[in-house]
Amino acid sequence: MPGTDADVIDALVGITPGSPLDAIRARRPEARAHAQATYRALFTPDKPGTVSAQERFAVGAFVAGLHGATAIANAYAARLTETGASSALVKALDATVAEATTRGPYGQYPAGPLTRENTAGPSYRMGAAGRAALGPRLTAAFEHVHMLVFHPRDAAPPALQALLDAGWSTTDIVTLSQIVAFLSFQIRVVTGLRTLAGRP
Amino acid sequence: MADSILTPPSHTAPSAFTRAQLDWLPWLEPLAPEAMTERHLASLVDAARVKSPYFRLLARDPDALEARTRTDKDIFYNPDAGLPRAERELAAAATSRFNGCLYCASVHARHAATYSRREDDVQRLLDAGVTADLGERWNAIVAASVALTATPSTFGPEHVDRLRRAGLDDLAISDVIHAAAFFNWANRLMLSLGEPAVAPGS
Repeated sequence: MPGTDADVIDALVGITPGSPLDAIRARRPEARAHAQATYRALFTPDKPGTVSAQERFAVGAFVAGLHGATAIANAYAARLTETGASSALVKALDATVAEATTRGPYGQYPAGPLTRENTAGPSYRMGAAGRAALGPRLTAAFEHVHMLVFHPRDAAPPALQALLDAGWSTTDIVTLSQIVAFLSFQIRVVTGLRTLAGRP
Repeated sequence: MADSILTPPSHTAPSAFTRAQLDWLPWLEPLAPEAMTERHLASLVDAARVKSPYFRLLARDPDALEARTRTDKDIFYNPDAGLPRAERELAAAATSRFNGCLYCASVHARHAATYSRREDDVQRLLDAGVTADLGERWNAIVAASVALTATPSTFGPEHVDRLRRAGLDDLAISDVIHAAAFFNWANRLMLSLGEPAVAPGS
């Protein structure tokens, strides 16, 4: 991950000035600038409130890891290490990615004509070792993140209650949700543009 | 007072994808309009969004909301060439259909139908799902959006080739990528912070 001022999507795609993709991104200048502004708001905020940098980058690395986006996950993991994350936390993160990875989107629909589209899949719960290494806040966050990444249509109020119970405030949950949702965008833009440039 | 979950008022949940107007009921407390600072209000970008509980909830992280909204507007509304507006909306609707976001799908299916005047094709996408036959150009856009929405992504050179054969240039393909990617952002917020409801009287 480059410093906060370098464009993260450009760096992850490998866009160089004057290249065809540089010209394409320049045609949507507000989207380019504000994707970067969202990254700054969520990962290097002026007012971090009660969501720590370590939590933000741990969630970032987890989201990218669950997507199988190795280079992006490594970039967020590098920033996580810079926050002073313990090796136990980093190891637990890697182990959780390996254990929790599946394929999405799956989930349930309300009873009715869509019931036939219900697709079964796991609701991830951390094991004891992971809980011990991550602590209650990140444990609750990771369980929520797994749902948001793989089966968002299963979302329901009890998932938010679990976050509140683990010490996430309403405002913290908005930030956490934005981190996961934004990365779901960033990772797909990077994947799509790399494929468009012929280097998937 | 400790933060708590909201219990939505009595309502009818939609049971199928629809182009009808839906409401959205939050599970977490939005900011009260009278409690919003100038920064909160500015983060809405459109002042009228103060009426929306969704945007007043997201305004709790105003910098993220404002940047999200300005990204959204350029991807969908920038009129400079690339993919026609109707097909940007088609990519948004297809992504929402595949992820299962009834609220997002309703809004963007309405827009896709309005801008394309192809109400029957849009309705077929909602009713039959992302494998509906909508003609090759739309099929290529839907297939690319779905492949990029899968986790992990299944988007590959064959999707780019198919879009090129359907007549899209690289800026238009980039617009498909951005529209589908953006709805992977929007769907996750809409699905996880509240729920859709059939609008009273509809």
